[in-house]
Amino acid sequence: MLVLNQVSKNYSDVCALERCDLSIASGQTTVLIGPSGCGKSTILRLIIGLQIPDEGSIHFGGQLLEPARLPDLRQRMGYVIQDGGLFPHLSARDNAALMARHLGWSDERIATRISELAELTHFPTDALDRYPLQLSGGQQQRVSLIRALMLDPEVLLLDEPLGALDPMMRRDLEADLREIFTELGKTVLMVTHDLGEAAFFGDTIVLLRDGRIVQQGAMKQLLREPADDFVRRFIQAQRSPLETMETIR
Amino acid sequence: MTRRIVISFLCGLLLAGNCFAADDRAIIVGSKNFTEGVVLGELIRAIAASTGATVVHRQALGGTRLVFNALVSGEIDIYAEYTGTLTHEIFAQNKPASNAELRDLLAEAGLVMSQSLGFRDNFALGMREPVAERLNIRRISDLRAHPELVFRFGTEFTERGDGWPGLRLHYGLPQLDVLGVEHDLAYRGLEAGDVDLTDLYTTDAEIAYYSLRTLEDDLGYFPPYEAVLLYRAELAQERPEVFAAILGMQGLIDEAQMIAMNSRVKLDGVQEVLVAADFLNENLGIEVVAKSSTRMERFWRYTRQHIALVAISLFAAILIAVPLGIAAARWRRLGHVILGVVGIAQTIPALALLVFMIPLFGIGAGPAVIALFIYSLLPIVRNTYTGLTTIPMQLLESAEALGLPAGARLRLVEAPLAAVSILGGIKTAAVINIGAATLGALIGAGGYGQPILAGIRLDDVGLILEGAVPAAGLAIVVQLLFEWTERAIVPRGLRVSTRA
Repeated sequence: MLVLNQVSKNYSDVCALERCDLSIASGQTTVLIGPSGCGKSTILRLIIGLQIPDEGSIHFGGQLLEPARLPDLRQRMGYVIQDGGLFPHLSARDNAALMARHLGWSDERIATRISELAELTHFPTDALDRYPLQLSGGQQQRVSLIRALMLDPEVLLLDEPLGALDPMMRRDLEADLREIFTELGKTVLMVTHDLGEAAFFGDTIVLLRDGRIVQQGAMKQLLREPADDFVRRFIQAQRSPLETMETIR
Repeated sequence: MTRRIVISFLCGLLLAGNCFAADDRAIIVGSKNFTEGVVLGELIRAIAASTGATVVHRQALGGTRLVFNALVSGEIDIYAEYTGTLTHEIFAQNKPASNAELRDLLAEAGLVMSQSLGFRDNFALGMREPVAERLNIRRISDLRAHPELVFRFGTEFTERGDGWPGLRLHYGLPQLDVLGVEHDLAYRGLEAGDVDLTDLYTTDAEIAYYSLRTLEDDLGYFPPYEAVLLYRAELAQERPEVFAAILGMQGLIDEAQMIAMNSRVKLDGVQEVLVAADFLNENLGIEVVAKSSTRMERFWRYTRQHIALVAISLFAAILIAVPLGIAAARWRRLGHVILGVVGIAQTIPALALLVFMIPLFGIGAGPAVIALFIYSLLPIVRNTYTGLTTIPMQLLESAEALGLPAGARLRLVEAPLAAVSILGGIKTAAVINIGAATLGALIGAGGYGQPILAGIRLDDVGLILEGAVPAAGLAIVVQLLFEWTERAIVPRGLRVSTRA
């Protein structure tokens, strides 16, 4: 579905991604994880075309991702970022409808699609006419998800979609999201720095460090056979509250 | 629907703007910006109108150079001038030795000079009688002994070939505290004692009123300034009957009569149009129906002119400045150039900008609109630029990631998000514009500046307020109008701030 071949990207002097090879399987959820600045968000931004690789190539569904094709290819991807990126001047409904309307969908078709997705994402229909500033963080993320799913994309790209939420909202949305992924059977590529989240969602986990992939595989594999000391330390660094209690005791 | 209303509103304004654009068939009388010039202009207008011709008087257009150039370029057809001014100021390089030579020079420019109207209005220097008496000053030469005296001259006099520079050399005068001031204000300075000496026009009513001593020109510096009519030869040929009537003014006015007329306007506060009508009724037997305008009529006329100046220039500025702001935001390097250029345009003083327009666009509403247009650019360009460049990056990227092409992103996302800022820029431009447009009266554009200038000229606070109060009122109305527009244009989502 998505294939990165020897992709490198530099930001001025800092290397964000170095000769990265990655293949994302269809219909699965792949989680990119790693410490801050490891290049995980960069992979998403390269795929959606907000950044252009310095070297290497990206193929999407067999097609080479290049600037001329971007507008078309983007319509086949859905992109959700940490704080939703909703347009404050548009209501939830208009945010979701923006692209479909631009493509000339009929009002009826748009309305049907939005109520379908509102139901799927557990977004209250009566809140559709509110503006982003009038919605809670969790609701904003749901609208963002509706907007991303509007054109029924083949791939969902989620960049820390739960990052800005408080724990309770996070737990709610987490559960809903997994349900949605299962139900839709879409290819999902998600970025997080939270190992628990990665374990919860990921069919495949890709662990990155300093612009390189350190290990790729199922969560069990990472836990049982960490590729190196860094993987081990990264896993150990994320402790549960119970462990924390034990440590101070 | 809204668009149609806006368009018809603007068309209406354009038509209103045309009210003071020249009608081809009307004879256009001009006048210099001092009382006698305006009175003579009114006399010319009334006589020409009595022949049935359509006549427009563009009052108090400006100084000598401006009005003369307006005549040469055909923006006016006739005005009253003085021989000394022509010989020593306008044709100073050619040094015409006689009136015949002067007429030849004028003919080359397509102009004709009439015979004398019957009086001279010479330059002279004047001081308050008691001061002159105390210092024992009777002749200009006597001034050499008093270098401490404060001289304030009419702005023109400080610069003119036949003014202060030549006078100083001719008499070897030592005074250093010499500045230009509006001619009529100099009298008030004399009265208040801030000024010791000013230039006078010998037909000024103030000479008698303030008991001024006119100093004797003992070394014969000042030339004679015979009042004459100066007009375009072609119009005299096309409209002989009108010009025959106008030339009836030759030899008609003696010095005492001119002083009396100036005095009625300046000291008694009678409108020039009435003074001229009375004079013609008495002396030419022309029955002039003097329409002195009521305060309300003038108010509407000035308002119409002022709004037209502001609206046309502002609308044009919006059409140009918003795209410029967008271009500046999109291509940052070009943006620096654009912001730099419009920023520099903004630093040109409004008065200077208006005067720069004259050689390019003549006088009247046209150049004033262009000057105001230039003035309106910066706030709109800058606010458009700022509005667009301060949109959070993640919103720009979200729009891009959706797959919207650049044009749609601008229209659907960027422009609405920048709307508050852009509208703020337009509001600033409008308010600046309303103030700056009062200066338009200096180049014959009309508007609220006209009563303000006339009020300064006539020392009439009421007249000044007739312009200043509505100008301030208009600024307030426009502010309110914009706040109302803001509610209509700025997306509701940007105005909600609480979570429901």
